[in-house]
Amino acid sequence: MADSAHPHQITGAEIVIRCLDQENVQYVFGYPGGAVLHIYDAIYKQDHFKHILVRHEQAAVHAADAFARATGEVGVALVTSGPGATNAITGIATAYMDSIPLVVISGQVPVPAIGLDAFQEVDMVGITRPCVKHNFLVKDVKDIASTIKKAFHIAKTGRPGPVVVDIPKDITAHKTEFIYPDTVEMRSYNPVTKGHSGQIKKAIKLLMEAKRPMVYTGGGVVLGDASEAMVKLVKALGVPVTNTLMGLGGYPSTDKQFVGMLGMHGTYEANMAMQECDVLLAVGARFDDRVIGNPNHFYSKDRTIIHVDIDPSSISKRVKVHVPIVGEVKSVLAEMNELVAAEPPQPSAALKAWWAQIDAWRGKLCLSYDKSSSLIKPQYVIEKLWEVTKGEAYVTSDVGQHQMWAAQYYKFDKPRRWINSGGLGTMGVGLPYAMGCQFADPSAQVACVTGEGSIQMNIQELSTCKQYHLPIKIILLNNRYLGMVRQWQEFFYENRYSESYMDSLPDFVKLAESYGHVGMNIEKPADVEGALSDAFAMKDRLVFMNFITDQKENVFPMIEAGKGLSEMILSQNIDAEDL
Amino acid sequence: MRHIISLLMENEAGALSRVAGLFSARGYNIESLTVAPTEDPTLSRMTIVTSGSDSVIEQIIKQLNKLIDVVKVLDLNDGKYIERELMLVKVKATGAFREEMKRMCDIFRGRIIDVADGTFTIELTGSGHKLDAFLEGLGQTAILETVRTGASGIGRGDRILKV
Repeated sequence: MADSAHPHQITGAEIVIRCLDQENVQYVFGYPGGAVLHIYDAIYKQDHFKHILVRHEQAAVHAADAFARATGEVGVALVTSGPGATNAITGIATAYMDSIPLVVISGQVPVPAIGLDAFQEVDMVGITRPCVKHNFLVKDVKDIASTIKKAFHIAKTGRPGPVVVDIPKDITAHKTEFIYPDTVEMRSYNPVTKGHSGQIKKAIKLLMEAKRPMVYTGGGVVLGDASEAMVKLVKALGVPVTNTLMGLGGYPSTDKQFVGMLGMHGTYEANMAMQECDVLLAVGARFDDRVIGNPNHFYSKDRTIIHVDIDPSSISKRVKVHVPIVGEVKSVLAEMNELVAAEPPQPSAALKAWWAQIDAWRGKLCLSYDKSSSLIKPQYVIEKLWEVTKGEAYVTSDVGQHQMWAAQYYKFDKPRRWINSGGLGTMGVGLPYAMGCQFADPSAQVACVTGEGSIQMNIQELSTCKQYHLPIKIILLNNRYLGMVRQWQEFFYENRYSESYMDSLPDFVKLAESYGHVGMNIEKPADVEGALSDAFAMKDRLVFMNFITDQKENVFPMIEAGKGLSEMILSQNIDAEDL
Repeated sequence: MRHIISLLMENEAGALSRVAGLFSARGYNIESLTVAPTEDPTLSRMTIVTSGSDSVIEQIIKQLNKLIDVVKVLDLNDGKYIERELMLVKVKATGAFREEMKRMCDIFRGRIIDVADGTFTIELTGSGHKLDAFLEGLGQTAILETVRTGASGIGRGDRILKV
């Protein structure tokens, strides 16, 4: 509050609040502690945004991350110094790997105590340096406003990412005048927006002349809000398109030009088309190891690669690219669409033959599974989830087999609906991600597809869900194993299931009930659809659905680590003779 | 191949650790790294000597440019450049060594900057190769202590790295 000698001066803590207000922040996910007490006192006195009290700082960052993924806005988390800060690290690293815009404000011990091994002191700037887009330590109250302005600017522009602002406690008590800058000028940071027109022309010419063209899109199309432009281009060119795990929903999965997800657990047709195409347009994707496997195997076929990405360092990192285009995908695609509209491509015999080849690959039905089993097949649960939610839910997942099944069998038609940890592969994100989605879209259906391993990594958040009445539906595919670990042990370690059996599981129904939620056990395939319908009909309750699934089900197709795209292992149900 | 990369960065706390951290996290080589503020005290100039294949060097340049504090990056090997390193060597200067050290210093155009009863301290500037040759010429028995700055580099003619 202003004092009489300096009428316009407010505390650093109040400045933090005013900055967040200026950035139109709706939710701050956080957890209080000693170093942020001044900030929490200022939160108590304000009504600009709502603070969401989580049960663990990791969940605060994940929830803020999911809020950003679902809305496209910058997610905000607030944690205290020391253990609060270190608990946030997994969340920050997760957001960093998937290029999610976040601002994480951490408390720090008072400036005079820094470096003295003070109580709850940790070098937050040092410890987060390798997993943030940028970070700041604010050492003067006068710098708080300009630093937070910069933090939001850096987080959301260029290739997005998390930014940490570490603020010592004494700085939040000092006073100064609040001036929020209108703009940010940084001589060292000016991300490219527009792509090179000459390169774009060249790319379109290559695509038009291609005999076996292919489009491969990643998280960049989703994060860059370029889905609409992407669909327009793919439709105009009449070419097949695949999405990465991070790119799902960037192109509608139910469209006939979509050949499914590619990569380690991608479809047969997507991986074969990637391998056999002669011109490849990669948009907002980065050819990572889980996507194209072994680069040398990928090189064994000649193809011309066009790569559009906002981040120059993503281009020619793992795979040499012929036509690099650095720019915002939305603007580059718009320019491509103009060129195609000016000179629409003619249907060619080569393209027709290419589609015939793709349809033949599709004929493998690589995602088929045993539907006659008396056990619940996890794939079946996801298919029914898609039907019951009419394909419109936000689906979050944890990491492992259930994540892959959700990606393979839930057909995402819209961007920002599939929320998972692709890059870091963080178990435990599912429930806090679902919280972030439910805050982002309170009336939406939100499903958290998880495993009995992952859900226990942040299960304490059931309490947060109760406090804020979040009607999330938890779809637990419970196979009593760390399924993906078990699958690798079956394939590559001669069935030595070392520490992958999940013993002593809680009674999930009682657990859910003790938190004040609804619990359900589902043990028969015939009960799956009815249970899902009942659960989603409970619009104001969190329902924890414990599906007892087939313990030995594996994820197919699969490319072994280090192998090439066309070297897939298919399910035993599928004829593999011409692989 | 060996490359000398020059860069200008904001002269802020922690900026050096961002560069050093990038090299260690991504497994790039650092042969030497020198840094000091420029005539504009808000900017630091850093010279990094590294080695790697063309694609690794390309990635290093891109990753350096990606650091928010880095204002400009120049691979000096893309054109003509001059490279210098400063070395201080403390040598034995007793008996016959005393004349020999003075002569070696003159041949390499070094300067004796400290004289004591049994030692000389010699200052020598040049390319890394010249400094290596000097040390080899002195011989292990004569050398008591050495300190080298690592290379600094600058483009020739109108090749200028400035904001």
